[in-house]
Amino acid sequence: MRFAEAWRVALDALRANRMRSALTMLGVIIGVASVVLLVAIGTGAKREVERQVEGLGSNLLVVVPGKLDIGAAPAVSRLSLADVDAVSRVVGDPARVAVTVASGETVRAGRRSDFTTVQGVLETTPAVFTRQLGRGSYLTASDVDTSRRVAVLGASVAGALFPDRDPIGQQVSIAGVRFRVIGVFAPLGQSLGVDRDDEVHIPVTAAHRLYGTQRIDGIAVKAPDRARIDALGDRIVAELTRRHPDTEFSAVTQQQILGVLGDILGVLTGVLAAIAGISLLVGGVGVSNIMLVSVRERTREIGLRKAVGARPRDIGLQFLLEAVLLTALGGLLGMALGVGAALAADALSPVPAAITWWSLALAFGVSAAVGIVFGVVPAQRAGRLDPVVALRAE
Amino acid sequence: MTAGLPAGVPAIEAVDVSRTYQLDGVSVPALRGVTLTVDPGEYVAVIGPSGSGKSTLMHLLGGLDRPTGGRLVIGGRDVGSLTPPELATLRNRTIGFVFQAFHLLPRTSAVDNVALPLVYRGMGARQRRDRAAAMLGRVGLGHRLDHRPNQLSGGEQQRVAIARALVTDPTVLLADEPTGNLDTANGQAVLALLEELNTESGVALVMVTHDNEVAGRARRRIVMRDGAVVSDSTAAAGGVR
Repeated sequence: MRFAEAWRVALDALRANRMRSALTMLGVIIGVASVVLLVAIGTGAKREVERQVEGLGSNLLVVVPGKLDIGAAPAVSRLSLADVDAVSRVVGDPARVAVTVASGETVRAGRRSDFTTVQGVLETTPAVFTRQLGRGSYLTASDVDTSRRVAVLGASVAGALFPDRDPIGQQVSIAGVRFRVIGVFAPLGQSLGVDRDDEVHIPVTAAHRLYGTQRIDGIAVKAPDRARIDALGDRIVAELTRRHPDTEFSAVTQQQILGVLGDILGVLTGVLAAIAGISLLVGGVGVSNIMLVSVRERTREIGLRKAVGARPRDIGLQFLLEAVLLTALGGLLGMALGVGAALAADALSPVPAAITWWSLALAFGVSAAVGIVFGVVPAQRAGRLDPVVALRAE
Repeated sequence: MTAGLPAGVPAIEAVDVSRTYQLDGVSVPALRGVTLTVDPGEYVAVIGPSGSGKSTLMHLLGGLDRPTGGRLVIGGRDVGSLTPPELATLRNRTIGFVFQAFHLLPRTSAVDNVALPLVYRGMGARQRRDRAAAMLGRVGLGHRLDHRPNQLSGGEQQRVAIARALVTDPTVLLADEPTGNLDTANGQAVLALLEELNTESGVALVMVTHDNEVAGRARRRIVMRDGAVVSDSTAAAGGVR
């Protein structure tokens, strides 16, 4: 029998049982659609995180006490402003060095209050992290030098405390101490469900006085030369280690952060795809089941075909193609559904989703392979039927 | 018209052929040592009560089944030495089947039903349709090419089945109770058609029946009982009227 002929016969058989074919395909459709959708969500999350890390500013080097490693306990910082000066000397330009000492605090204005992250920073922060100001002005070197009680609000903090008036020039109290608002950040928006505008910046010196500490949580450096960023990190770590011989320090580049986050999200995407793959497998079992029913129902047809000269291989091919056609059509529809759902999720919900060609190719290939794997047994059974017995079947 | 067998070679030759079924570990003999030959162009009726082994013999002669003992040669080939695919090809080339229950594919037009055996020869669609249409014309259904089985009468359905059996130019036409599902008039017409084709195209006609009147029209009658041939008689030219 010619191959094209076998396709036609298989297609006719599916058409003859439209309802059953559609229901069988549904299992494959759902399986493929979930693979495509979940991989798209995993990929979307990965890209979103990468975009954010890159958005922190280029050539960024973050220096923290302890080891930057997934699962390592956060180390208690022994860094101080003197260490920051030392780092600035290594870098050669204090304007490229930013610091943070952060604490969760309740910020009040009149009868309104908001619990947010209050960060003690240097005037260099906007330049190092590429932050845009929406209104007013940022902290100055003299604000830092004189521990002036001034604050720059994140967009959502400003919205929560001053919903109906201009916050510039207004007083807020942080942990009971009054600060004057001098600026508001331009909104960054939400990403992965986290509000990136929920923060308040105050001079690091004022923060030290407020929290009763001299510590610095971390130092960020905007490296002047991307090519020598690792060497710069090594020099900074060496200098800090010299100053604190019993403490371990790490300098991490954006590339390293991206690498670690990428690994985590890659594993996550893989797990999601595997879970979706199980539903594809279940769909395949459904195909196998229906093919066995189909073989039983058409036993007489098989007997007749054999009587007029169909070889076992011809009959087997006919039923195998029927199974492959079921799963391949289901695969195509599932891909369309999965892509549609991913685009809808990306557009209508905070869940980011990105379609990748490999996930489409994989889902379709797997669904066609499922048809072959789960179609082989029923097809072989059909091919091996004894024509005498088959012709007598009712 | 018939596939090229050398002169003098029988279309089918069975020597001491037996067929035993295993049912739940018990051996049930359906045929016990049948010896017969079918020559090209012959008209043979096989009769006997039900359970006499008629159908088993028919399946063996048609290469649908293989004997468990003896030697069976169809179209010059020893069935015992053939693999299932080779046997399928042999059926396709040399045998045409007509069944009591017609066995047409539903949802498939008359012309496509007739063309079915040609599909397994790898013949192209156009050529298949031409040959099938010509054969349907020959059995008087040239005006019913695209009708489906459920749009045809029983007599017409059996004619379609006969056209399907003959579209491959077989050496032997095996008919198993071909009139069993038809009324008298249609039955007579189908018999007449089979006989006409037997005479005109020279295809050997082997017909299984339990109807003595039907069997009486054949030149040669093989009577079976309990899985064995009890009589094999050839009447004088003109048949046993």
